Amino acid sequence: MDILPILSTLRRHKLTSWLLILEIALTCAIVCNAVFLIGQRLQRMDMPSGVAEHELLQIQVADVTSPSNPYARLAEDMAALRQVPGVLSVASSNEVPFGNSSSNGNIRLDPAQPERTLNATTYFGENLVQTLGPRLVSGRDLQSDDFVDVEAALKGLSTGDSKSLPHVTLITQTLAERLWPGQNPLGRIIYLTPTVGLRVVGVLDSLARPNAYDQAKAQYSMVVPLRMGADKDLSYLIRARPEDRANVLAAALVALKKVDPQRVVTMQRSFDEVRRKFFQDDRAMAGMLVGVIVALLIVTALGIVGLASFWVAQRRRTIGVRRALGATRGNILHYFQTENFVLATFGIALGMVLAYGVNLFLMSHYELPRLPGIYFPVGAVLLWLIGQLAVLGPALRAAAVPPVVATRSV
Amino acid sequence: MFAYYLDLALHSLRRNKVLTTLMVLALALGIGATITTLTVLKLLSGDPLPQKSTQLFYPQLDPYPKDQPFSRSGKKLPWLMSYVDAMNLLHARKAERQAVMAMSEVKVTPQAQDGKPFYAHGVMTTADFFPMFDAPFQYGAGWASADDESREQVVVIAGFLNDKLFGGANSVGRTIHIDDRDFRIIGVLRPWAPQPRFYALHLSGRNYGMGDAVFMPLLSARADGMTPSTVMSYGPGSDMQHLETAPSIWLGLWVQLSSTDEASAYKLFLGNYAQQQVALGRFQLSRVALSDLMSWLHNEQVVPDDVRLQAGLAFGFLLICVVNTVGLLLAKCLRRSREIGVRRALGASRGAIFAQFMVEAGIVGVAGGVLGLGFAELGLWGIRHQPAQYASLAHLDLSMFLFTFVVALVSSLIAGLLPAWRACVVAPAPQLKAA
Repeated sequence: MDILPILSTLRRHKLTSWLLILEIALTCAIVCNAVFLIGQRLQRMDMPSGVAEHELLQIQVADVTSPSNPYARLAEDMAALRQVPGVLSVASSNEVPFGNSSSNGNIRLDPAQPERTLNATTYFGENLVQTLGPRLVSGRDLQSDDFVDVEAALKGLSTGDSKSLPHVTLITQTLAERLWPGQNPLGRIIYLTPTVGLRVVGVLDSLARPNAYDQAKAQYSMVVPLRMGADKDLSYLIRARPEDRANVLAAALVALKKVDPQRVVTMQRSFDEVRRKFFQDDRAMAGMLVGVIVALLIVTALGIVGLASFWVAQRRRTIGVRRALGATRGNILHYFQTENFVLATFGIALGMVLAYGVNLFLMSHYELPRLPGIYFPVGAVLLWLIGQLAVLGPALRAAAVPPVVATRSV
Repeated sequence: MFAYYLDLALHSLRRNKVLTTLMVLALALGIGATITTLTVLKLLSGDPLPQKSTQLFYPQLDPYPKDQPFSRSGKKLPWLMSYVDAMNLLHARKAERQAVMAMSEVKVTPQAQDGKPFYAHGVMTTADFFPMFDAPFQYGAGWASADDESREQVVVIAGFLNDKLFGGANSVGRTIHIDDRDFRIIGVLRPWAPQPRFYALHLSGRNYGMGDAVFMPLLSARADGMTPSTVMSYGPGSDMQHLETAPSIWLGLWVQLSSTDEASAYKLFLGNYAQQQVALGRFQLSRVALSDLMSWLHNEQVVPDDVRLQAGLAFGFLLICVVNTVGLLLAKCLRRSREIGVRRALGASRGAIFAQFMVEAGIVGVAGGVLGLGFAELGLWGIRHQPAQYASLAHLDLSMFLFTFVVALVSSLIAGLLPAWRACVVAPAPQLKAA
């Protein structure tokens, strides 16, 4: 198919051609960036937690009258939960990955260092690693004689008595690599305050923090051997087989109520719900972006249909003349298809530049990374396809124009 | 004349139903998306207290001592205040009104025999909170400054809590059980939920949504062991039970200053206070800030990024829809060159042709606006079913309703300019010859 006659025709319809090119370009720019944003969201929603997600349950209870000894109550609750049939393991924890509410600490590698090295979340509670299920890459798990009561530790902090403070910790691989790149983290010391130094005794493959908003810092987690008493902020974590979870949850609530019938259950959920809730905004945004892309492509396609139909109607006589001079239906069909392809190509080229500009703007305003090159060919193919689909109807109508039109009304 | 153009335009639109439907539908989609996102944006970036916002200020200090510099976010001042500083500034009474506050999740136990306890959003604050923020009372009133100091066990409850616990009756003088203590109700608020919840910014994770349920004097609540939702510590020894002396920031301070003179005087006072603290060796830096309500909300970017991104996206969408409409209108008008030629030959001026095509574009706009309004309602319905904090607030108000038609008309008239211009420069003679 010869492109030159098409270009010369388009040159005579500059305004409409430019409008179509502009529309395709704008669509291309927005679609490229929207697809990129969707990719970002999906990637975020896929963030690993490091825990056995499909086997975990989280329960929080609040006591109407606070127990006289919260540690005894904790032991009682944990024992009651262990008795529930189907329970594989029980832990107490101050927080859960993606749970939003978190306790964080500033880490220093040297107690005299004025500025913190980084901020990491501190998990504490009993039996955490076994229940949550992150893999121990090296070193050992926390042992019962590592544990210290929170109240005692706080007292120790203010009095300076280091005996009542925890001494060891587990950290994630990511954190270890960030603190001591390429070195063995075992035996090294992390300072939470100038007086609290924790020796790294084990490294976990992965454990996301509750407030994992920033992907780069999502794995900055440590597990500290602190024991909390029963409290409304304390979570009981239960591990059970995925198919048992519903029954185990119901039975666990009954067991906890048995310990104190007055207490209120303030939270009961599976870890699947934790993840769903944490990423709900991302899911909503991705859904909205998909909607926008679809609506945009439809509007653009309809625009192309409208303009192409107009063109075909306008050129009926020309088409008739061409047919009378020997052009086949296929020639006419291809003519319109090629014309659309040429316009789409101009539009896509302009759209790429625009897409890049939009991306630069977004980068400066919304902390987004640069648009990867892969989105350009994807956007181009998508728009070429939409263009060809949209023009097919009008082009077929053009191909159906009989040669006899040429002889009429001239 | 207008009626005639209207008639012509309607006739022309009717003649090509498919094209007309396409134009209206595309424009309506763009308008619907724009109005939906703008409604949310307007809602989220609105003024929570329009009658008072210019008089309300949020002071900030840098309370970090020499050995523990603040390294959270470099240049930014800490969001909250330590107890010592907040109380010093409160007691100095240098502003017309001042109140400190912290949010807390509290357990409320109804008095009824089978009453099940539940958790509610609580505010721990001081006396000026209610008059300063114009919180409207249904029954009773707030407490006095003296009650703060004497740690009175009094509480102001929200209307919805009063409805829930007392069936909406005047409950002043009755008691409710909060976190295992008895509090005497001294006031019941009318429905009150400023959006955004400016006073809770950085104090709780909730920037939008329903109002708080109970308001208690800070000192009484703390004496009863209630803990704030947000505590940031900058040194060791941050025991939640001893926050008053701990190196922790957990309070917000708001002051009311009626004039710019008062505001600059207060800023001066704040600066002097910080310098004094530096001299005393408590602070390392003497930097301070005093932001009025709207700049505070703006600087802290209370509107989520996603919402601004969505609004931008919707505008891009509308732009494409307008370009689309230009194209389709142009196609229509070029197709009617012959008709234009006839009208011109019969004496219609260029202006008349121009007006006729603009009227046609305007009709497309109005139709797009009506349909777009439907799409916007649909979009807002969708947002109300999203899990966002502000979901339940997403409603079209009168101004946005009117704005829809402004957007529709303006965008369609802009879209109509080029085709109408092309139509009015059509030379009549060749068109007539061809006919």
